[in-house]
Amino acid sequence: MKTASDYRILDETRQRVTVRFEGNELLLREGENLAAELLAAGIAPFRRTPVSGAPRNPFCMMGACFDCLVEIDGVTRQACMTEVADGMVISMPASRRTDDA
Amino acid sequence: MLETDLAIIGAGPAGMAAAYTAAQSGLSVLLLDEQSRAGGQIYRDVERAANTRGHILGKDYTCGLALVENLKHERITHVTGAAVWQVGQDCELTYSVAGKACQASGKRLLIATGALERPMPVPGWTLPGVMTAGAAQILLKQSGIVCERAVLVGSGPLLYLVAAQMIRTGTAPLAIVETQSFSDMISAMRHLGGALRGWRYLTKGLALLAEIRRAGIPRFTAATSISIEGDGKAQAIRFTSAGRENRIDCATILLHHGVVPNTQISRSIGLDHHWDPDQRCFVPQTDGWGRTSLSAIFIAGDGGGIGGAKAAEIAGSLSALEIACDLGAMDKGERDHKAGRLRRALTSELAARPFIDRAYPPFVPALTPKDATIICRCEEVTAGDIRRYAKLGCIGPNQTKAFGRAGMGPCQGRYCGLTVTELLAEANQKTQEETGYYRIRPPIKPVSLGELSALAKTESAKP
Ligand SMILES: Cc1cc2nc3c(=O)[nH]c(=O)nc-3n(C[C@H](O)[C@H](O)[C@H](O)COP(=O)(O)OP(=O)(O)OC[C@H]3O[C@@H](n4cnc5c(N)ncnc54)[C@H](O)[C@@H]3O)c2cc1C
Ligand code: FES
Repeated sequence: MKTASDYRILDETRQRVTVRFEGNELLLREGENLAAELLAAGIAPFRRTPVSGAPRNPFCMMGACFDCLVEIDGVTRQACMTEVADGMVISMPASRRTDDA
Repeated sequence: MLETDLAIIGAGPAGMAAAYTAAQSGLSVLLLDEQSRAGGQIYRDVERAANTRGHILGKDYTCGLALVENLKHERITHVTGAAVWQVGQDCELTYSVAGKACQASGKRLLIATGALERPMPVPGWTLPGVMTAGAAQILLKQSGIVCERAVLVGSGPLLYLVAAQMIRTGTAPLAIVETQSFSDMISAMRHLGGALRGWRYLTKGLALLAEIRRAGIPRFTAATSISIEGDGKAQAIRFTSAGRENRIDCATILLHHGVVPNTQISRSIGLDHHWDPDQRCFVPQTDGWGRTSLSAIFIAGDGGGIGGAKAAEIAGSLSALEIACDLGAMDKGERDHKAGRLRRALTSELAARPFIDRAYPPFVPALTPKDATIICRCEEVTAGDIRRYAKLGCIGPNQTKAFGRAGMGPCQGRYCGLTVTELLAEANQKTQEETGYYRIRPPIKPVSLGELSALAKTESAKP
């Protein structure tokens, strides 16, 4: 699920902290947008749809499409509306229906 | 409950300008936005990014700094990270900040929630690696991240802006695949007079095109038969242009064919809306001050009809003047004196719109896609499903919910609502106005049971 990234970070100013995604350790820029940092780290997919299991990644980056849903420390949240914090434990949302997200 | 003269939802140009104008007139203002910093979509994160990336994003971006600076006014309370999920007709708001639900009420309410990118359902648009062009721009503004091996697809000036911004980062897009045709440009020529009056937009557009040409980015126009290929993620785009089939290998595909008002809140409180045939979307009904069918509630900015950032800023100020007048903080003479100058500026801002709308119409095959194309991303409902519902007697978007789950996923129809209206209108040979739109019910943002029950406790503790 972690591949070479298709996204380039322009300036490396911020400190990196450790988070986990599906058990893998990632070093992400602290305080930056979580969806953006996961993309830059080469994460794909963020989740699978409850209907067909199709892979999804962020689509709108503005809190409208809900394709960036991930589970952070047990709570399903929009990664594009969340900032990176040290020690976050992130996983794909359990594949129950998304309307109780 | 927090009480204020004016409650504003959305800290984009419309909301920020309204907040400042109202505060200057003596009103107390509560400004709520779910983003962690002010700016809205156009000026996203401008305070942090202007210094480091101002040269990439351009002057039209950094000019948003002044609006953000004005929010320091002592009568403005700007709450960041505040997602509003319920709005009452009585101007009561419920919102969550960091998982905690809060309530506030204003004597007046201004909805300044802006626009969404028009959904562009083409085969493969749900694959990872496919995003909106606006999403790529948000990555760049907010995070300083640029998409590599990207192809921009669709129509509209935003594609040129995003392409130019990418070029300035040193990671240019591979190509721009445009759907508008020469005949669209010909029909836009009728409105050239307006475009010349709004000449600044024309000059800017031409400068962007020159930048794209200098960088040697291939442009394809009048593209049709667009589809995205990939196994697990987007790997190529296919399309036909100038009678030739093309296939471009790429990693990211950025879709865009215009923006439409975000009507989630205005719908959820049952305000009147009408179909705008020129912008091909629903628009809330407002008067020249942004006042809606409920007299204490106003709408300003792109959420009330697409006009762009400067027009949004002016509309925000106009609403604030009328609200100040409503609440006795300003007399009609002063209001009209101040509004006169604003209205002249608004007219000149909007002069180029009819030209832009005609020259860059939406990609028609994505308005009523082929049967196999997914139109509801959340529930994976296809265009063919909706047509089948129509055959079974479904006439309006709300009825689709009796047939399947279109619009019932977490995005609540934000990226399928207009497509469902268009598909049903076409299948039933009715107008979009007659067909209508989804009924939107709160909460308009997902809320946890914990937030709801905490709120219930504070409610029941009230005397
Ligand atoms: C992704 C995107 C990128 C764009 N980029 C450009 C550009 O570069 N140049 C340009 O000229 N135009 C751009 N536009 C067009 C843009 O819509 C307008 O020019 C301008 O931003 C409109 O201003 P506004 O104040 O009406 O709304 P916006 O600037 O969109 O601001 C609306 C604000 O409301 C907030 N909001 C929405 N719903 C809620 C809620 N329920 N609770 C709390 N807060 C909420 C949002 O977080 C947002 O900050 C873009 C549009 C989009 C969608
Ligand atoms: S990417 Fe659309 S909601 Fe996060």
